[in-house]
Amino acid sequence: MAKPKLAIYWAASCGGCDIAILDIEEKILGVVDFFDLVFWPCAMDIKYDDVRAMPDKSITLTLFNGAIRNSENYEMAHLLRQKSVVLCAFGSCAADGCIPGLANFCHKQDILEYVYHKSPSLDNPNGTIPQVECRVPEGRLTIPEMWDSVFSLGQTVPVDVIIPGCPPQSDQIAAVVATVIDILKTGKPLPPAGTVLGATDKSCCDECPRERNVKKIKKFVRPFEVVTDPDICLMEQGIICNGPATRSGCGAKCVKAGVPCRGCYGLPINVRDQGAKMVSAIASVIDSNDPEEIERIIATIPDPVGTFYRFSLPGSMLRRVQS
Amino acid sequence: MKEIVIDPITRLEGHGKIHLFVKDDGNLANAYFQVPELRGFERFCVGRPVEEMCRITTRICGVCPDAHHMAAAKAADAVYGVTIPSAARKLRELMYNGFYAGDHTTHFYALGGPDFVCGPDAPKAERNILGVIAKVGLDAGKAVIAQRARGQRIIEIIGGKKVHPVTSLPGGLSKRVTKEEQQEVIEIGRQMVEFGKFTIKVLNDIVLANKAYVDLILSDMFTHKTYNMGLVDANNKVTFYDGMVRVTGPDGKERHKYEPRDYLQYVAEHVEPYSYLKYPYLKQVGWKGMVDGIESGVYKASPLSRLNVSDGMATPLAQAEYERFYETLTGDRSGRTPVHSTLATHWARVVELVFACEAVLQQAQDDEITSDKVLNPPTGIVGEGVGIVEAPRGTLTHHYKTDGNGIITEANLIVGTTNNNAAISMSIKKAAEGLIRAGQPITDGVLNRIEMAFRAYDPCFGCATHSLPGEMPLELIIHEAESGEVIQTVRRF
Repeated sequence: MAKPKLAIYWAASCGGCDIAILDIEEKILGVVDFFDLVFWPCAMDIKYDDVRAMPDKSITLTLFNGAIRNSENYEMAHLLRQKSVVLCAFGSCAADGCIPGLANFCHKQDILEYVYHKSPSLDNPNGTIPQVECRVPEGRLTIPEMWDSVFSLGQTVPVDVIIPGCPPQSDQIAAVVATVIDILKTGKPLPPAGTVLGATDKSCCDECPRERNVKKIKKFVRPFEVVTDPDICLMEQGIICNGPATRSGCGAKCVKAGVPCRGCYGLPINVRDQGAKMVSAIASVIDSNDPEEIERIIATIPDPVGTFYRFSLPGSMLRRVQS
Repeated sequence: MKEIVIDPITRLEGHGKIHLFVKDDGNLANAYFQVPELRGFERFCVGRPVEEMCRITTRICGVCPDAHHMAAAKAADAVYGVTIPSAARKLRELMYNGFYAGDHTTHFYALGGPDFVCGPDAPKAERNILGVIAKVGLDAGKAVIAQRARGQRIIEIIGGKKVHPVTSLPGGLSKRVTKEEQQEVIEIGRQMVEFGKFTIKVLNDIVLANKAYVDLILSDMFTHKTYNMGLVDANNKVTFYDGMVRVTGPDGKERHKYEPRDYLQYVAEHVEPYSYLKYPYLKQVGWKGMVDGIESGVYKASPLSRLNVSDGMATPLAQAEYERFYETLTGDRSGRTPVHSTLATHWARVVELVFACEAVLQQAQDDEITSDKVLNPPTGIVGEGVGIVEAPRGTLTHHYKTDGNGIITEANLIVGTTNNNAAISMSIKKAAEGLIRAGQPITDGVLNRIEMAFRAYDPCFGCATHSLPGEMPLELIIHEAESGEVIQTVRRF
């Protein structure tokens, strides 16, 4: 019997998801043994034309990492949707837009002007900006068109399964791989569309070993301003921590290392928007009923939007700045 | 005019593309290397708190997030004008050397190695990590996996997370290291040094014992006499985490030596309309186009560059290898005569690998790393800072300006690979010129030699994932520029 086919693709991403797959170490050999790996630009340069030539639905599983930020990403999302039975949004970029999605705080034109007209190390007397199509003495050169907004994979095409995290932790990847192989071997039904794998249904706080004393605070502090107590909830020490608004599954690695959660595992179950959830979490920790004092306390939070939506701006209710 | 397009050449934080124009007589007209992606970090970091930079800019590259983490952390320290506790500095450097020990291993065995261990003309099915294992033994394969895991473990202990570490803060680190963890890192360091010795032996037995390989390394087709850049310590020895930037000329003489904060006096970036990636060059020499020589500001920043700008290595085994490297390639073991052979970058990477392993063992044995005092909370703010580290593939610069509250108002990043943009373009062109000639068919050998021209620069191209099946398949399509008619297709998969 022919082996199930596996594809791994990266769009607007950093390559960390691919490294996380490699971090399952010798278990990767089991993956290669079970699947026929048909497309993985990071390891093998199968061309886009070869993917186009594959029959529809001929790829059993595609792990798609990276956000959608240019014409090439968009085309590949549609192509791989068409060719795959199960399309998995792998990692925070594909799931929620992640750090590349912070580009939705500005516009494409701002980015191009900054990078090619204002950057302090620039030497660009003619004000050149890279062009989608460009004439050179020998002929014509093209590059993909950058878009104004960054999107998650799910905002671009229907997604069957989501594996969250920036990157997904290797122990979770190993467990998901084992589950998928079991499903394919035994013919068990696929999980329903939109299922989140490689995470749990609770919040990061549920995995956090720090003690919570329902203590209220009078001001927020930055993570470097104080030497923190390693055993007490960071929020109760005045440090903004996205744990309450973040799905568990990472093992609470950041908070265990003494820094606050920034939300890379995405929304917990039954939460629609990380920022809205954070507002309610913050409201419950502020020690005041006086509107003016509350405003002063809130003002001690630097960059609230960029912090609450650090990993989920494109997929959030805000999506992007409007003006 | 005919065109040859190699698209995608992957692994430049996304995708790369090579576009070759071939004259009607079959000789090369021109070669363009294009980077088709821009994510805009410099712009969208504006408005973010500076202490978050070492958690945001890691996402520029998941292969070397540790380099961005460290450059951002150092720039943020400078923004606050804070000196971090000695223990924190030692821990950051220890983690960084651990990262190097893993990263260089991956590149040497999985990507660069196959061309030499298996041979550039080996059957393509053998020219990969599996071919390397076949040649040096299964135990070696296991040793490579174990070495990579060791590097990741050190990052996890000090940085909190294997991919995208989190613990650096302006003023130091968010967590200390326990005595038990120190013992684990010492043991890892011992194993790493053994692995370094093993790698020297692999290099000797398989690469250097073969005169044909040494001749290939020294061949003109893979040579560019450019400037070199790299960080050096107080004794002008190679260093990765902190030091001064030293630039030497094609003649080996020191041209510049500067503090990171002064980088704008020395480096500028040129723009071309056909690629999103800018072209850094030495400002005081000037941009003369993509050409080499002492009049051209093009420079390289790579393992080879770091050896060329330094006076040696700070650890004994690595120093012995450094001397052997120059003795073999220039006849002068002092290293005063630079090596300009791009392919020697692979050997230089092994010298650095040995150094990183020795440095881990040395630094892990310093009991100060278990100190409680790892954070020195800043008390004032300067509002501007530059942090430079050596990323595995080149000098990495982060430059931030902030308001009085430490919120970014301006960010400038010159990333490792970017330094080499002009040099990579030149290397591709030179290899293509030598290989694409009137009357000669374009074979699989052409593809591999063109690949070898850029492979030496960029571990991202063959990041860790290259340890999986087979080599990088490529396809060349040659067609008429005007009609689009396909003349010849060469597939290698």
